[in-house]
This record gives sequence, C-alpha cells and structure tokens, in this order.
Amino acid sequence: MKPFEYVKPNTLAEAISALDAGGEDARALSGGTDLIVQMRAGRNVVGNVIDVKGVTETNVISHSKKDGLTIGSSVPCYRIYNDEGIKKTYAGLVDSVSIIGGTGIQGRASLGGNLCNAAPSGDGIQSLIILGAVANVEGPNGARQIATEDFCTAPGQNALNPGELLVSLSVPEPESNAGAHYLRFIPRNEMDIAVVGVGASVVLDAEKKSIVSARISLASVAPTPLFVEAAGDALKGTEIASDSVEKAAIFAQEAARPIDDMRGTADYRLHLVGVLTKRALKVAIERAENQ
Amino acid sequence: MAKLHVETTINGESTEILVDPQQSLLETLRDGLMLTGAKEGCNDGNCGACTVIMDGRTVNSCLVLGAEAQDADITTIEGLATPRGLHPLQQAFLENAALQCGICTPGFLISSKSLLDSNPNPSEEEVRFWLAGNLCRCTGYDKIVRAVLDAAKEMKAGN
Amino acid sequence: MATTTTVEQKTTEKVIGTRPIRHDGVDKVTGRAIYGADINLPKMLHVKILRSPHAHARIVSIDTKQALDIPGVKAVITGEDLPEPPSQMQNLGEGAANLRFLSDNAMARTKALYKGHAVAAVAATELYIAEEALSAIKVTWEILPAVLDTESAMAEGAPLVHDDLPQRPMEGDQAPPPNVARYFRFNIGDTQQAFEESDTVVEREFRTQMVHQGYIEPQTATALWKEDESLTIWCSSQGHFNVRDQTSNILQIPVSSIKVIPLEIGGGFGGKIGSTIYPVISLLSKKAGVPVKYSMTRAEVFEGTGPGSGTHMRVKIGAMKTGKITAVDVSLSYEAGAYPGSSVASGCQNMFSPYVIENAFIEGFDVIVNKPKTAAYRAPGTPQAAYAGESIIDEVAESIGMDPIDFRLLNVAEEDDSRVDGTKHRVIGAKETLEAIKNHPHYKSPLNGPNQGRGVAIGYWGNAGMTSSCSLIVNGDGTVNLVEGSVDIGGTRTAIAMHAAEVLGIPAEDIHPVVADTESVGMTSITAGSRTAFASGWAAYEAAQGVLKELIERAATVFETTPDQVVHEDGTFRSVSDNDKKLTFKELAGRLQRVGGPVIGQATITPRGVGTAFGADIVDVEVDPETGKVQVLRVTAAQDVGRAIHPSYVEGQIQGGVAQGIGWALNEEYVFNDEGVMQNPGFLDYRMPTSLDLPMIEAVLVEKRNPGHPYGARGVGEVPIVPVMASVANAVYRATGVRYQALPMSPGNIIAGLTQKDH
Repeated sequence: MKPFEYVKPNTLAEAISALDAGGEDARALSGGTDLIVQMRAGRNVVGNVIDVKGVTETNVISHSKKDGLTIGSSVPCYRIYNDEGIKKTYAGLVDSVSIIGGTGIQGRASLGGNLCNAAPSGDGIQSLIILGAVANVEGPNGARQIATEDFCTAPGQNALNPGELLVSLSVPEPESNAGAHYLRFIPRNEMDIAVVGVGASVVLDAEKKSIVSARISLASVAPTPLFVEAAGDALKGTEIASDSVEKAAIFAQEAARPIDDMRGTADYRLHLVGVLTKRALKVAIERAENQ
Repeated sequence: MAKLHVETTINGESTEILVDPQQSLLETLRDGLMLTGAKEGCNDGNCGACTVIMDGRTVNSCLVLGAEAQDADITTIEGLATPRGLHPLQQAFLENAALQCGICTPGFLISSKSLLDSNPNPSEEEVRFWLAGNLCRCTGYDKIVRAVLDAAKEMKAGN
Repeated sequence: MATTTTVEQKTTEKVIGTRPIRHDGVDKVTGRAIYGADINLPKMLHVKILRSPHAHARIVSIDTKQALDIPGVKAVITGEDLPEPPSQMQNLGEGAANLRFLSDNAMARTKALYKGHAVAAVAATELYIAEEALSAIKVTWEILPAVLDTESAMAEGAPLVHDDLPQRPMEGDQAPPPNVARYFRFNIGDTQQAFEESDTVVEREFRTQMVHQGYIEPQTATALWKEDESLTIWCSSQGHFNVRDQTSNILQIPVSSIKVIPLEIGGGFGGKIGSTIYPVISLLSKKAGVPVKYSMTRAEVFEGTGPGSGTHMRVKIGAMKTGKITAVDVSLSYEAGAYPGSSVASGCQNMFSPYVIENAFIEGFDVIVNKPKTAAYRAPGTPQAAYAGESIIDEVAESIGMDPIDFRLLNVAEEDDSRVDGTKHRVIGAKETLEAIKNHPHYKSPLNGPNQGRGVAIGYWGNAGMTSSCSLIVNGDGTVNLVEGSVDIGGTRTAIAMHAAEVLGIPAEDIHPVVADTESVGMTSITAGSRTAFASGWAAYEAAQGVLKELIERAATVFETTPDQVVHEDGTFRSVSDNDKKLTFKELAGRLQRVGGPVIGQATITPRGVGTAFGADIVDVEVDPETGKVQVLRVTAAQDVGRAIHPSYVEGQIQGGVAQGIGWALNEEYVFNDEGVMQNPGFLDYRMPTSLDLPMIEAVLVEKRNPGHPYGARGVGEVPIVPVMASVANAVYRATGVRYQALPMSPGNIIAGLTQKDH
C-alpha cells in the first residue's frame, strides 16, 4: 500500500478541520473494509487518512419514538443487529447489515461507510432509502441533511463536498402498520455481492387491507442505488390481495438499467428485479400485517 | 512518513509498537511482532485466514490498520491455548481431524471462539453462518463444523 | 457421518485403520507451524513482480533504470537475466514440460503470452518501495491479437501464440490445426459399425471454463544466494526435490549447490508442483547479495499461476436396449494455456475407464491459448472428461429406461478387463463402489419437494507411485525418529508414521515424523498423484522392515541365540526356545548401545503395484426455478480406498474433493473479457463454496484391498473430485428437466437453460 498520513481526531471539529485541510487528498476512515481494499489495490489514492472513529458523534446509537433512530456513521454492523430495539422496529435495516460481508467484516464495516462508498450494490443503502433515512453531514460551512436516495451520485462517488463528513444517519420512526424488507440475490449463500438487491417498505391502512404508501429501491441495476418512486406509487391505495405487487415489479423492471458484467447479464438482472421485487414486497407486507 | 507509536494489548500483554501508517494489523502482527499465526490468504477480507479478535469482535486483520490497534484488546491464535493446555476448540479440531493443510485453521479457531463466546450452544446452521467468512479448500467444512459443535458440548459439560 | 464397508474382511493390523491425532496437529492449531510466508531473515528484501497487462504482446523494450534509482531498490531483473535454456524435456511428474517453455514462463523474454505473465522483478527494502519501483519500469508493448479459446485457436488462419511451436503430424501425416501442441488418439474396435448396430445413439457437446485449485496460501518463497555460489530456498511447494531440480535446470547450476527447505504448505491440489518463482527470486538474491522473499497477491495467484484447463468436448455414445454400451466416439480439446501441456491425455484415458467398452475412438487436442499455462488440478484433466462422459451415460440410461446405477453396473469394468488405452485393470473396486451407493439408504430415501433432483455418477483415477525415501532412527527410550521427504498437505506425516509403527509393533505416537530438506533425506518425488500415504508410507514400511531385521539380530545377541530363534509379536521380541527371554521394543531399545550401537533403517522405493481408484456419488439438489440458484441438499460419496490407513484423513480427502467439485459444478470459473483479461481474480468473485453453501458430506469407505501395497492401500486424494460435476448435473437435470452441457451451472446459466426449455 502507498504510504499516507494517519490522524485520529477526537472531536468533530478536529475531524472536519483535518478533512478540510486535506481536501481532495483526504478520506475519512471508519470500518475501512472498503477503503483499505481500494487503497491497497491502488483504486483509491489517499494522502491523508482521517480515522473518525474517535469522534463521539459517529459512534452513537439513539432510538426514541419521537426522534426515530440515529446511527453514527462509524457504528459497525454488528452493533446495529445486536441492538434489541433496532431489531424490533427496523427489521428491514437489520436484513441489510446482517449480510454485509462475513462476521469479520461486520465487526468493522459501518452503515455510514457503506453509504459513502456509494457502490451500486451497497446492501445497506437500499434499506436506508426505503426507510426514508437522511444523512447528517457536517463540513467547514456548517451542517446539512441529504436524503439517502440523493447521496450516491455515481459509482464510488457521493454528494459530500471536500471537507465534509457524514456524521450520522437518521431513520424516522416507522408509522404504525409498516413493514420493510431487503433481500439480495447472490450465487453463494454468503460472502458475495448482490447480483440484484431489492428493498421494499410498505405502510398499510388501519384494517391492514390496502397499501397507504410504499418505497422500493434497487441494487446493482444502475450506476447508483436506484430509488424507484414509480413502483412505490403504483402500490399506493391498492389492496394487498390484488395483483398490485406484480405491477410494482413491472415498474421496477422498467426503471432498472442493468449492464452485462461478470456477475450477471443485463437480461438475467432484469429477470431478477421482477422476482425479487415481488419477494421483497411480500415479506414487507407480511411484516406490516404482523405489526 | 513518520512511524506511529501504538500502545495495545495483545493476548493479554500490553505491547508498544512502531508502525508505518499504511501497515495493516496483519502485517504488524506478522512482521513486527513475529506472531505469524494469522495468515494472509487474500488481503481483501474474503478468506478469513487473518481473523483475530479485536475488542471482543472478530475482524479481518488485513482490513485494519496497525495504527487502529491503539488502546485495543487483541486476541490472536497464539493466545488461545493457556499454560494449562489447549482450548477445547483446539482439542476438538485435533480429535475431529478438522484440518488438512492447516493454513485456514487459525482463522477458523478464532472465529469459532468468538461464536462460542457469544452463543455457547449454536446449531449446525448457526455455525455454518458464522464461519461463512472463513474459506477452507481442503475439508469441505464437514469436520470443522462437527469440531465446533463438539467443542461447544465439551465446554458446556466442563462448566 | 462416515461409514466403512470392508469388502474382504482380513483386518489384523493394530495401528493401520486407527485414528491417532496427527503429529503436527498441536503446531497447526496453535499458530506455531511455519508456512511459506512465515519466515523472516535478517536483511531480507521484499520482491514484487511486474506482469504483462496484455494477453499477447511483444516486448519492444524494457527500461529499468528509473526503478533502480529509487532509494531502497536493491535489484531488478528481466527475462534477459535468465540463462538461455537448452531445449530439453524436464520431468515434472504429472505432465512433462519443455525446459525452454518453463524458463519462458518464469519470465517473458520477447513476448508476453498471457495477462499476468512476469516480465520483470524488483527486490527492495520495503514492499511499498518494490511496488513503487514496478511503476517506474517502462515497458513498450506491441499488442498482438490473442486467442482465448480452443475453437478460435484451432481455426484456420488463427494467430499463432508460438512462432516456432514444434508440431508432430497427426494420423496419416495430416498437419494438426494451428496452436495444437499435441494430439492423442485411442482407437479400438469398429465404432462405425457398432453405432450402426446400436439401439440408441446420443451425441452431445460440452464446455467447461478455466478453474483454479483455490489453495488458501498464495505461492511464496524465500531465497538466499551466498558468496560461495550456493543457494538456499525456503518454500511451500508440493515437492522440494522438484523445486531443486527445476531451479538447477533453469539456472544451469549444480544440483548439489542448491538446498531446498520445505516449510508447511497451505494447500496445493496440483497447483504448487511446478512454479515459476524460484529462479526469479534466486537471481534477485544473487544480485542483491541478501535473502529475498516473495509472496504472491491473490490476484497474482489467479493470473500468474497454473489453473485447470477450460475444455470443449464432443461425445457420442451408442447402447443396446439391454443396457450394453456399444461404442463411444470422443473428441476432447483442452486449453493448455500459453505453453504446451494440458492434461487432455489423462481425460482421454480415464473418462470411460469405469466401463468395458469394446469400440472406442477417443482423440485429444492440447491447445495453446493466451491464458496462464495450466497446471495439475486434482486428478488433472479427468473431472472435465468425466463430467461429459457421465452426463451422457446418464442420458443414455434414461433413454432406454434403466436405473442409472443399474446401467453403470451392467457395463462396469472388473479385474482383467481392458481400458480404452489397452491396459488391463488389476484388482479394482468399481463394482463394489457402485453397489455401495446403490445399497445406501440415501439412494432409497424419497426427495422432499418439487424442484429437487437426485443424480449419480462414478469416476476413475489411476493414481501414481513415483519415488519415496525414508529413514528411521531408534532412540534409546524406544521412540523412533522418522525422516521423510514428502511434503505433508493433509496429514500424511501421520499416515506414513503409522506404516512404521505397524511394522515395529509400537504406537503411532511413539514415532516422531519430520519432513526433511533436500540434504537430509533421499530423493522423494512430489506430493501429488495421490501417492504420498501409499508410496512414502511404503518407504516407511520398508525402512521399518530393515530396522526390525536388525533388532531381531540384536535381540538374538541379548538372548544368546541366533536370529532365526527370535520372533517379534506386538512389539515384543521373544526367544522361541526360552519363553522367559523376552524384551519389549522399549527394553531392547534401551540395550542397543551395549549390543552394537544405535539402529537405523532406510529405504528408497519406486513402487509398482499402484492401485487405481473409483469414486461414486449420490447428490441431491434443489433448484430455485425463479432465480436459478442450485442448493446442494445431500451428498453421499463412496470410494474404493483399498485400505484406509487413517480413516479420518481419508474421509477428509473425499469430503474436500466433493466440495471442490461442487464449486466447479456451480459457480467457479475464470471470466475473461474480450482482451483476455480475467475479470474476477479474487475470492469475492471467484466463488468457492463457503461453509453455508454445503451440507455435511457423507464419505463411504469401500475397502477392496490393493494387493500391490503391504496393507492394501490405494491413493485416495484425487478421485473424489472426478464424479462430482456430473452427479450435480444429473441431479439438476432431474430437478429441472434440462441437461446442462456447460459449466458452471451458475444461476444465470440455469435461468437461460430454463428459458430455452420453455420456448
């Protein structure tokens, strides 16, 4: 690996000033499970590594009915899926963080890092999008919020400006009668990258008969994680017993823009988008019914 | 680049080391401290041969910087046995012939230890899920899974 | 669970067939065992190798000056630094290679023949400095058109990978197609007439992709060239004598000046027999004057070592309604990679060896392509051919309405039956192995749902003997030091020690086996060909017989009688004439100093009597018809092992072979782009099975003793992979109704097949 400078600031202000000073040459380090691989392979040339795990704000997990869930950007996956409160309320999120890498990766990899890495296949990103999460960002010019569906701008590129740090993620408290699920298709049963992934969330009416609102997001079928508003809209107001799930799957397929690569052909991926959208929605609806 | 001074605890002993910023924890252990039990199989987190326990969680030491070991508590394969003898997992691996070439064995033992630390009574499925990040090319995993299940039983009986 | 079926019950051994804890076990579960990369020497430098980014390109020029100017860089070499090789055949055990090709593969001189081909190497004080130096080496390339598969390589007018490939004419003076390095042919009986008389004839084409052995330890070695022109190499290879001899040949230095020290090896499966790295690091050490160490990255392992061949196979088979196979007509084309020497001949010989076939035409093409030079991979060349052969056998059995095992049993070969290459089978257990799966509860159990299927197949492998040496030293306390030359990849130290323990009548634990360097034990061939427990075990047996003979003479001296009046039973020496005169092994050992001094024994053997091996599987799968994913639900693998020396490690070989076969069947493949660049050179996208992808694998040990070995052992390591891909394919067929004639049966390919079926 090419040599670089390593610093570990203790406060948010120090972290931002280090990132700002480093400019384009600086990268924040959380779990490192993507960044270190990329630096070693020479895909990411970094002069200054700013280890932000010493910053209190990046390590919080807080959860309340009023404010929803806040997860610091450095919180590793295992802390999320070991949290009983999160498991109960945010099953869709737990789906994602339980399948990122193996147990060794989950000991380090963070949801914030998954978002910043901006891979089209990022398993965590889809769950954030369907749950309507926002990214809390701070930089030299102050704080701002970015909707997670707007965060990734291109493969490996995100909406952060030089000097800015993703501090945490805020996930709103789910409405009553809500359910969400993320699933991906991989050739093996673990340790793999999504050939296609689909996240789906639904809110049912009080009778649990029809869908009030829905959000669908797709992995590995576009240059960025793909929020498919049209597929969610197609479900709005429809009865869960109807063929609306099939319709939503068609909308999802229409939105997908997959390419051929070593992980699958475009045709196969389109086929999987249909299959997985239906499967994801089915589980999301079941979870909502069981609320 | 200047070397960094890192204070850390490895296998219960506080240790001071000088590391290059770009040096991984795996390189630090192997080249700096001559703890060569953790192996490099892929250097990108996909084989698990370099697994160590860091602050109670398994990590791929190839994806951790040596500098990040500051103030950490690290257990490597060299810390699994005690002067009283082998860990029940080590004994079970021997008795079940759960290793062939042995290169993946340190990683499997460390991952298995962390599994049994958090789940002393795992099912076969739970063992397979937990160990999915550790590749073995020799055994087909059969005897490894049996060894972990046996060790769990043994440890329960021993308590 | 594993079960053992003994065909001929005649077990009197006390040690053979038991399960002692392996002698190197504690070192390997405590992290103390020293593997190839675990060595650190004072002043040691680190090596990086510059590799061709192109699949086929002429080296117009290489400029290393800037690299040499970087502080910390101590030596740089290119192909020019390797001695110009004479053209001569070098025996590499499983496959022969021309020395010039070996040397060229170590480092390209004028042309790079595959992406990943070494073109220069750097030794520096730090790894990152060596990396930086690589980018400072300026290579000017002239990119040439590449050939990437056997069909395009053999097409008329195809670009030639070698300008001067020595080609021998085929049958009837016909010139072979372009890029064909060798052509093989077996022709017996009259296939044309036999097909005409057949009730059913099936003809199919099969394709498999290049695959990797997937050992977890990357190739690694350390070399020190000393001022007296002697060379020491520390490595983890499948045979240190082979490393020594190969390095001597390529560098043209005397064998006696090279010492190779074997360290523990992290898997090989054929891939660490020959290696290109030793001459390179030796020359770097010579230039730098200090030790140098090189460890490949995982990407280099995929792109710069020897994988298993991709293939294109055409198979035609005829049968009568009664189930009798009438004829086969086969054409196999295997990718050799950039230099001659695929294992296509083994595919031709072995694919129908489980059967009696009177009319056969089998030809094989060894085809040069712009990909890494292939190497041995567990039963080299045979699993691919068995996949084709056993898939089509399954189809023929189905077409005449016979149970697939009964069909195979009807045609199965037995002792004295001829194989297609003309050799006669000796005592073999093909029939018993098929019967073992037929009678297994697994075969009779119902499947538990839709989209499930069950497949069977059988495979053959010939096994090897080669040369092994062993020395024994009896210590004063009755323990024995055993010095052997076979690298231990899967517990063979213990299996070898068990042979000596059995002869001497002492526990296996009283023997202390070590794998010695090239100066400390007699020449021993590579750990390959499933030969190690068989042949090195036999060497230990012979050495122990020598020790025993000497001990009986010493006991006679103690007993004041003649050796013919001393018997040895269960580790006790007794006088025939006086029952009170007896000594245990330990007691006698304690007295040796007084009756002539220490006792040692040694043996070097090149055994005949190699016992061939058969393995047969039952595989259950479930296929998700929507995603195309295949889940293996249950596997039973029966194998004729002759006599299991250490049953746990025999089971382990079977389970490991099955696991590799499942990976090959379902997901493993080299994916190349149109320019010949591998797209998946890592464990993330070269998908080997994880623990979550496999069920428990039941090994059934069939023991039909090999009369050619003192305890009846057969080689066990390779054959378990041979039938696996076909068993999986046959199971997938029964689950889906589609016969998949290309590997891997990855989810996308399964869906493509299902879609085609529906149209």
